Order: sequence, then C-alpha cells, then structure tokens
Amino acid sequence: MTTTTDPALSGDAPARVDSGEPVAGRVDGPVTQRGVIASESLKFHSLRSTLLVLAAAIIGMVVLGAVIAFNTRDRAGLDPEDVVASGPLQGYYLGQLLMAALGVLVVSGEYSSGMIRATLAAVPTRLPVLIAKAVVFTVVVGISMIVASLAAFLVAQVVLSGHRPTYSLGEGSTLRVVIGTGVYLTLVGLIGSALAWIVRSTPGALVATLAIILVVPILLELVFPSWGTYITAYLPTGAGQSFSTSLPVPHALSPWTGLAVMVAWVVAGMVAAAAVLKHKDV
Amino acid sequence: MIEARTLTKKYDDKVAVDGLSFTIEPGIVTGFLGPNGAGKSTTMRMMLGLDRPSSGSVLINGKRYAEHAAPLNEVGALLEARAIHPGRSARNHLLSLALTSGIKRGRVEQVLDMVGLTEVAHKRVGEFSLGMGQRLGVAAALLGDPRTIILDEPVNGLDLDGIRWIRALLTRLAGEGRTVFLSSHLMSEMAMTAEHVIVIGKGRLLRDQPMADFIREAAVSSVRVLSPEGDRLAEQLKNAGATVTVDATDTDGTLTVEGVTGRDVGTLAAQAGITLWELAAQSGSLEDAYLALTRDSLDYQDIAGLSPRHPDSTEEHAS
Ligand SMILES: Nc1ncnc2c1ncn2[C@@H]1O[C@H](COP(=O)(O)OP(=O)(O)OP(=O)(O)O)[C@@H](O)[C@H]1O
Ligand SMILES: [Mg+2]
Repeated sequence: MTTTTDPALSGDAPARVDSGEPVAGRVDGPVTQRGVIASESLKFHSLRSTLLVLAAAIIGMVVLGAVIAFNTRDRAGLDPEDVVASGPLQGYYLGQLLMAALGVLVVSGEYSSGMIRATLAAVPTRLPVLIAKAVVFTVVVGISMIVASLAAFLVAQVVLSGHRPTYSLGEGSTLRVVIGTGVYLTLVGLIGSALAWIVRSTPGALVATLAIILVVPILLELVFPSWGTYITAYLPTGAGQSFSTSLPVPHALSPWTGLAVMVAWVVAGMVAAAAVLKHKDV
Repeated sequence: MIEARTLTKKYDDKVAVDGLSFTIEPGIVTGFLGPNGAGKSTTMRMMLGLDRPSSGSVLINGKRYAEHAAPLNEVGALLEARAIHPGRSARNHLLSLALTSGIKRGRVEQVLDMVGLTEVAHKRVGEFSLGMGQRLGVAAALLGDPRTIILDEPVNGLDLDGIRWIRALLTRLAGEGRTVFLSSHLMSEMAMTAEHVIVIGKGRLLRDQPMADFIREAAVSSVRVLSPEGDRLAEQLKNAGATVTVDATDTDGTLTVEGVTGRDVGTLAAQAGITLWELAAQSGSLEDAYLALTRDSLDYQDIAGLSPRHPDSTEEHAS
C-alpha cells in the first residue's frame, strides 16, 4: 500500500490519500449554500440554450415595444391598451412564454440529461440545490427582465416622441408597471421551475405552467362569467396584472396585494417542489 | 468501508434488492456481479442516497452518505446512465460540481489531465464519444479525492486501451488504501481487476468471497464419460466417492463425473469390466461457474429454504 500522509491533515486527523499529482492540502471543503449558488450560477451561464432564451426574450420585448409604438404613434381610435403607459410592454406575452420555458428548462434539463444524479450526489441534502436555482434565476432573470422592460419602454417613448404624448418614468404608475412587468416575468419563470421540480419532465412541466398562466384564467371566466373574474384576480396571471399593467382590470387587486398574492403562489409551488425533491427517489 | 445491512428496495410490488448484507473493505477492489436486473445499479444508487431503501441501511465509513459534510471527498461515483448535461463543456461540468464544496479550479484541471481529456475540455459533452463521456464520469468521480469510489459498469463503451487504463487506475486507487467498488456483468473482466467479489441474483446475495476462492471453486474439473452400461458405471463411481450427474438434455446418457480424475474412471471401469466409449477430462471455466451460479438463483429463488448454491442444472442420475 502506498499511502501518502497529507501534511495539511497530520496530527489526529486520519491519514489522507491522494491520487495523481499531490494537491496542496485537502482538495475540498464542506458543501455550503454559497458554493451551491456559485455552482448553479455557473450551470445557468454555461448553457447556450439558457442564454439564447434569455436573449430572445430581451430582444423580443424591445423590438415588440418599438413596433407597437410605431404602429400606434398617430393612428386615431387606438385600443385603450395601446395608449396607456404599459402599452409598449405588451411584448410580455412573448416574454412570459419564454420565461416559463426557461424556468422549466433550468430544472427539467437536469432530469432529462441525468445531471440531477451528479448534482444530488454532490449535494445530498438536496434542498440547497432548489434554493440555489431559485436564487440564481431570480437574480439573473429578474435583472434581465427589468432591463428588458425598461428598454422596451424607453425605446417606445423615443419612437412616439413628436407624434403623440409620451410617458416619463416619474409620472403616475409608469415606474410601477415597467418594473412590475420584469418582476411578473421572473415570477412566472419561478412557477415554471417549481412545477418542473414536481413533474420533472420538460413537456409535462411546460404544459402545466402554460395551463396555469394562460388557460385556466380564460376557462374560469368563460365557464363562470358572473364571478369568474373574482377568482382569476387571485390566480398568478390576474395577480400579476394588478402590478404590471396600467389598464384598469375588473376586480383587480391593489398592486401590492397582487404582488403578495403572486409571490405566495411561487412560495407555495416551491414548498411543494421541496417536499417532492426531498422525499422522492431520483 | 461500505456496510449494507439487510438493504432492501421495493418498487411498487417488485423487489429489486432483497435483504443484502455485506461489508466492502478499503484497500482492495471489490467486484459487484449479477445478471441484468439483479439490482446492482439500485444498490449503488442507495449507497449515494439517490434512492431511499425500503428497509435496511447502507453506511459509508459509518454514516449515511447524506450525513457527510463533504460528500465528494467521501464518495466519488460513476453511475450507470450518463449524469452529464450534453450542452455544457467538460470543464464547466466538473467546475459546477467542484464549486458546491469549494474544490479549486486546479483540481479540475488535474482530474481532466488524469483521464486524458484536457485537450477537449472546452468542447460540449454532447459531442463526446461514449468512451470520452465515460472518462469524464471517472474524472467527476475522482474530483473530491474520495476515500470511496463506486463505479457502475465503468468499462462500458471503453476501448481496449480504456479498459486497461481503468483497470490500472482502480488497482492504484485501491493500493492507496481507498475502498473501490465496481459493478459488471462480465465475470472474466472482473477476475482481472477485483480481489474480492460479491455476486447477487434477483436482488439476493449469492456470493461474498475472495476472488481467488471463487476462481478455485470454479476451476473444479470434471470428467465426461459415455458408456453402454451408464447406470452400472455411475453406481461404481458413486461408491468410489465421485459425484455423478447426467445432462437431462443429452439423450446419449453421457455422465459428468466430479471428484475423481479421468484415470480413476478408466481404471475403475476396467476393474468392473465396463466398456467405455468416450472418456474426456474437462476443466471448468470461470464464466461457466458464474453463469451456473446466477442461473441457480433464477431457478430456485422462489422456493423457500432452498439454498441457491446446489446443485447444478443437471439432475442426479438414478441408479
Ligand atoms: N425506478 C425504478 N422503478 C421500477 N423498477 C425499477 C426501477 N429501477 C430499477 N427497477 C427494477 O429493479 C430491478 C433491478 O434493476 P437494476 O437496474 O438495479 O439492475 P442491474 O443489476 O443494475 O442490471 P443491469 O446489469 O442491467 O444494469 C430491475 O428489475 C428493474 O426493472
Ligand atoms: Mg445496472
């Protein structure tokens, strides 16, 4: 046996063995939440697909903002949603599809590739991975989507100036809807992530997410025309509208209440996701 | 050291691993053998806490895997299915694992070098061949300089060079005092690498012994003999202490005789005045012994109380 004692761990520590060229001291430390966040951040940034989806959302929202502004700059008889401050932010329809997909992929990609086994072997307590993915997504997508929303708004104002009155960020609810749109898109993505932790498959989680944010509210209002909107105001999409649009929405919650409700949906989803992650075999 | 104590895993009503108990010692390579579906991968996933045992436990150096503060330093594992995202480069794959427990970038370069992937470390793993993917899996297993190494069919997809390389690597790692546990369904491959062998069939323990003992038992030789007076010859041979079996599928009535040499059989026949048509000494092969062992586990696994060790798939010749 050619056991080599590690100088860094001499004393009462057990003799350590090494392979290949000797590394100075022990090669690792304990798993930390900070380390897992660094790991998930690298994973997020080192996938071309992730960055492409993010870039597509940013570019799409800005381009759509400019196009909407151009098409609505001086036509008479515009729709109400085209003249309010949040008009040029309607690119969020595209954004929410892409962010839902991104939120799903960040998690389901681990399962479809089998990477989850390596990930959880490195972090066997499991929950730090869920926390780290949520933190990285919130920070990276949050900043990106707020920037995208801001850029779409400002570009639109440039296109509109000289044609019809423009909005400035300082007036009324403008700043709220611009930032709110970015926040909404981030929260939609987190719902996608939570569902992907639960469902694990990419198509399954994608269908579930889109059903919850797009289909369920419409169906509720169709099936129960009299009181459907009272319920949909509390669903993620309805709650999101309360802080992301400057249009009056029937039975809408106040912006802060709406934000709290949508965050509550995300938290509930993540708690369910954590329970599944902690207890199910991989 | 890995200790399994009545480790059991049920999927719905299917028992994949059935009351396994064994201890895997450090300092040697231990082989884990069993036919397809025997429960090898399931056992290994339970070692890593990826699957939860239905009952029983498996401890790594005295603790459950998840209880170790620095898991990558405790166990390095290469699992059956590739556990690598195809869209990431080899280097980023290793770095992402390294970051969880503060493993330095230098260590990533070191393991890349050890498995010979430095040149292609920037390439997306999706472009890798099966063998390169397997090497990357080995690199990931070595990342935390682990005391215990668990590899599920590591030679899958490797060419002859790769197989030799991994054999040498494992022998060296064991020589450094580590616990090395690897699965395979090829006995001949295992015989060259492992010093100790654990064989399972249908989730149950069949053998847990030094490889040398397994080989010695397998090498027990036999004599095939064909005679017009098979019944009388068999009786004579049994009286002389031999074990006689007749292959049920053989219509000629060829006897397989164990426990005596071909010379003994010829002498005995001559003394008794029995005509011999054929006499051939045979030595058992390792693969045959392994196949017979695991076939037994299939044949008898549902009969309570019957040891899976005996007899061969041939029936005792009635005299
Ligand atoms: N997640 C699962 N759900 C249901 N059954 C499973 C699951 N995983 C394994 N099994 C079953 O458990 C048994 C043992 O499977 P396992 O993969 O552990 O065998 P193995 O010894 O690794 O086989 P192989 O040599 O083919 O890799 C098989 O019958 C398999 O079908
Ligand atoms: Mg297997």
